[in-house]
Amino acid sequence: MNTLRFITAGNVDDGKSTLIGRLLYDSDSIHTDQLGVLKKQTKQEGVDIDLSLITDGLRAEREQGITIDVAYKYFSTKKRKFIIADAPGHEQYTRNMITGASNSDLIIILVDARKGITEQTKRHASIGSLMGIKKAIIAINKIDLLNYSETIFNQIKADFETIKSELNFNEIHYIPVSALVGDNIVTKSENTAWYEGKALLETLESIELETTEDLASRFQVQWVIRPKDEANHDYRGYAGLVLSGSYKVGDTAIILPANIATKIVKIEKNLESIQVAKAGDNVVLHFENNIDISRGDTVVLYHQLPIESTQINSWVSWLDNTPLQLGKTYLLQHRFKNVRVKIQEVNQKWNINDWEFTNETEIKLNDIAQISLRTNQPLFYDAFDKNPKSGNAILIDETSNNTVGALMFL
Amino acid sequence: MSQKHNYLEQLENEAIYILRETAAQFEKPALLFSGGKDSIVLVHLALKAFRPGKFPFPLVHIDTGHNFPEAIEFRDYLANQIGEKLIVASVEDSIKKYNLKETAGRFPSRNALQTYALLDAIEENEFDACIGGARRDEEKARAKERIFSVRDDFGQWDPKLQRPELWDILNGKVKKGHNVRVFPISNWTELDVWNYIQKHNIELPNLYFAHERECIVHQDKLVATSKLIQPLENDKVVVEKVRYRTVGDMTCTAAVPSEAATIQDIIEDIIQTRVSERGQTRLDDQLSEAAMEDRKKQGYF
Repeated sequence: MNTLRFITAGNVDDGKSTLIGRLLYDSDSIHTDQLGVLKKQTKQEGVDIDLSLITDGLRAEREQGITIDVAYKYFSTKKRKFIIADAPGHEQYTRNMITGASNSDLIIILVDARKGITEQTKRHASIGSLMGIKKAIIAINKIDLLNYSETIFNQIKADFETIKSELNFNEIHYIPVSALVGDNIVTKSENTAWYEGKALLETLESIELETTEDLASRFQVQWVIRPKDEANHDYRGYAGLVLSGSYKVGDTAIILPANIATKIVKIEKNLESIQVAKAGDNVVLHFENNIDISRGDTVVLYHQLPIESTQINSWVSWLDNTPLQLGKTYLLQHRFKNVRVKIQEVNQKWNINDWEFTNETEIKLNDIAQISLRTNQPLFYDAFDKNPKSGNAILIDETSNNTVGALMFL
Repeated sequence: MSQKHNYLEQLENEAIYILRETAAQFEKPALLFSGGKDSIVLVHLALKAFRPGKFPFPLVHIDTGHNFPEAIEFRDYLANQIGEKLIVASVEDSIKKYNLKETAGRFPSRNALQTYALLDAIEENEFDACIGGARRDEEKARAKERIFSVRDDFGQWDPKLQRPELWDILNGKVKKGHNVRVFPISNWTELDVWNYIQKHNIELPNLYFAHERECIVHQDKLVATSKLIQPLENDKVVVEKVRYRTVGDMTCTAAVPSEAATIQDIIEDIIQTRVSERGQTRLDDQLSEAAMEDRKKQGYF
């Protein structure tokens, strides 16, 4: 059993909360005491439980009318464990959706069958695609209100098909659903006999996960283990996460930025020796030579070198209330490596609603743009669309310590 | 992005990653240890993250003075067994020092008072990060919690101060005086914790397993009698086979009737039970709908 993380995108009116509520409720993931509270809160006549209340937020949100980013919900079936990132879909909360999308394998884009593909659908699709999500489910909701019309389903599907070439999804499923009534959510509905695909839950259970195992091998040193006690006098291990590819005992590794070749003589995982470390494993590497290696150093294989540069072009999604400032020094955190950067130029701004590029250079909260950066020391990276684990970074404002930007290297 | 690992291995990898990131990014982290199952799992994960080295942080226990003796005994046993430093901050001391008023009522909770001892311990030891075992599935205020949760000098959780957390890149930069609460097992559910305990055969205090205990029946809950909770004249007192699903204060943590003698029994119990862990066992979360949210804002874990 593995885990699928997904984000649901849609406005309140599209039935996003109802959809999540339906998935949790029908998969028996709501505890009885929580159900009791929900029953008390449901005020609608003739309705037992208002499913949308399941994702109801904090008092602070209700009182202040703000949305505190993403809420995480959990449920599991016999086949898979699921983590839902429940993010607001409204344009002013793009930042929050970016955050939720960055941690998701899949995006469910809710389309109101009565409205079809809208500007908002394009916005949600492009955010998912930009943040590296490869799998999408287009849930055409409220199909019950249109007499389960196959024609309308086909029309919306055809409309999305014409725009998908501009997105980086490699797998798209179209499902006619009614979150309110439950059609095609957990089980296939008789009301849509014409629909040949699977119900939503079965689709979620069976989608194959992306893996970075087949990409070039990337490892950054996260933490150096040097006990320096009697028993482990010579122990010198480099702990970190295998971001992509794999490493095996005997491989010749190149340590960057020192650019020194050395042999991997031992790999430990959970305190045991292993022969091969694969993408996603937390391991401790040991090298043949005593080299000065510190946190943030990159370990690669000699035939798979990354890009080395101080001049980087990148997508940026701006996340802070203070706009981007050209020429100001920011901290760039490339996972375990921090370097100082200056943003030299805004090359073009991208409007996520109509997908047009403009020459505007003012980048504010929720804006997305392509920029040029200069770093104070070389960075070892890959383009984000080649490697989603070594091609991304965050920008930090050193005066506020806030995370102000998400970077996807070009 | 998820990899093709088994889900428990995935959760373990994520937690070890977060623990190492905490060690690397902070000057003086601490691991908040309660003697409960979640923090015992954290210790187990820290062994995997840092051995053969020492932990780059001490264990810190906020002792309410109302803890189960079994939990305290286990705490000392474990700290001793792994040879790591344990710091105990006493809520009793804070109560005396600040002349704090205890919560009134039959089953008083020192939950809110814990915050004083915790903040004192943070200030005295200059901790800039406190690792805790909170999980997002526990409660709706926790569902919105970050992995690195920024707190101000009063320990307060300001929902608007929370930073976006992109991918698994964690930003631990804070102003002096501010600190970060770190939650490595954020994405675990109660069942995940038990499955993990079973898979790795992790030792627990015997409170978690079915045993006979004298309890007062309070509304629909069983509260153990102890030197702190004596039965009153009209109380219905029973001796039942019970276990604890969570381990908090003796005064306000309810036991659940159970025959579960092994971890496997407990897992089956949980799968059958349709009541949430806090809903079933914590008398103090039920005071208001937003009880946890309010405590967090005041500096609670």
